[in-house]
Amino acid sequence: MEENNLNEMKELIRNYVIKEYIDDDDTTITDDTPLISSGYVDSFSMVSLLVFLENKFKIKIPPSKATPEAFDSVNNIVALVNQYLNK
Amino acid sequence: MSYSEKTKDLYLSQLADIKNAGIFKEERFIHSSQAADIEVEFPSGSDLKKVINMCSNNYLGLSSHPEVIKAAHDGLESRGYGMSSVRFICGTQDIHRELEKRVTEFLGTEDTILFPSCMDANAGVFEAILTSEDIMISDRLVHASIIDGMRLCSAQHDTFKHSSMEHLEEKLLLHSNKRLKLVITDGVFSMDGDTAKLDEMVRLCEKYDALLLVDDSHATGFIGKTGRGTHELCNVMGKIDIITTTFGKALGGASGGCVSGRREIVEMCRQKARPYLFSNTIAPVIVSGVLKVFDILSASTERRDKLEKNAAFWRKGLTEAGFILKEGNTPIVPVMLFNAKLSQDFSKELFNEGIYAIGFFFPVVPNGQARIRTQISAGHERHHLGAALEKFIKVGKKLGVPGLTKEQIIEKFGL
Repeated sequence: MEENNLNEMKELIRNYVIKEYIDDDDTTITDDTPLISSGYVDSFSMVSLLVFLENKFKIKIPPSKATPEAFDSVNNIVALVNQYLNK
Repeated sequence: MSYSEKTKDLYLSQLADIKNAGIFKEERFIHSSQAADIEVEFPSGSDLKKVINMCSNNYLGLSSHPEVIKAAHDGLESRGYGMSSVRFICGTQDIHRELEKRVTEFLGTEDTILFPSCMDANAGVFEAILTSEDIMISDRLVHASIIDGMRLCSAQHDTFKHSSMEHLEEKLLLHSNKRLKLVITDGVFSMDGDTAKLDEMVRLCEKYDALLLVDDSHATGFIGKTGRGTHELCNVMGKIDIITTTFGKALGGASGGCVSGRREIVEMCRQKARPYLFSNTIAPVIVSGVLKVFDILSASTERRDKLEKNAAFWRKGLTEAGFILKEGNTPIVPVMLFNAKLSQDFSKELFNEGIYAIGFFFPVVPNGQARIRTQISAGHERHHLGAALEKFIKVGKKLGVPGLTKEQIIEKFGL
């Protein structure tokens, strides 16, 4: 994937995560920030993120792959999306 | 023997981790009945200390009420100690059904089923009424027992930002294709003491054809004009599909809980809820006590009225003294300290001064939101609250807290 596209994807995902899950304005989310293991996103709320990714990137992620580990950082999410974008 | 040194070391190491993280919980032994004045042994082995209890769920002061104790004695005499059976074999007495009817009448619902606790009610209800074709949409601050219950259920789950009706509406739209949608909230949120916007939630649930479940454990008996709960406060009596609540807080404080609501949903719980099917229900002695509690509450609103006045007095006093409180209109009054260590130091100093109130910090509350959670009771007299206020101010001044803004506290003590 070209770098521009990759950065654009990261930004889209990061912005969604911030809008959907982060209430505190003081919190900074980087592409490596642990989202689930550090409590920013609880595992019960992952379904919204899954639906967002599937709609935005026109992909289908099998439930078995939508794990807390796969969703634990913006970088992990990008890697997951890329697996299915390339199929 | 299978409990090897290796296994033992594993647990010792995990316990050490909990201690090192500063979240090791220690019980304080109370040598008296539950009340505003209690005698506490803490740490274990210390001399007894007389303290004012500012952290119990004894909202209506009924935990040690003489009429409730007498009714429990009478129930023990007439119906015995235990049932030695689950409900549907030979564990249901006339008084169990009588209590279910009394709860139904009090909450203004269609039917009720008792559970050994509200934790069990929440553990059983979701799995009994939903399948993988359905969705549960919960407020992000619901009680741990609801989270556990949702984990046991095959329906999908999603959350909405705390009390954000815009976000809830987005989620209802997002999941509009599901067979059943169940919106889930606490009536009163136990850590913040704020109330759910049940009127708006009912409107949204009606608009999007969703069911609504409210855990009213911190409300039943005292919230609303006649104490029916958050649905009375929000003028939506009869419009909540499912209410779960407890007898372990305001309603005598012993134990037990229930699911109350639509007749068919309650019947589904009777057929399928596992904590109901595979555990004895509430002991007769407790059922008898709770029935008396409902007699007391139905005869007069005196206790909930006193509680409301006590809570208003306490809030006003702390605010005027310069403490930062979480906004709310319930007897749960959190004094915000933000810093975890400060909350522990504050609690310790209060205890030394004869005031029993606990400091909460992450992960029980969000990081940077440490606090002393105070809970007011109708069992408190003005002299209790006056003394507690005086000690809060004394400890606050010693630690240099009153009058500071959130930013100033964080700057002084860190996050």
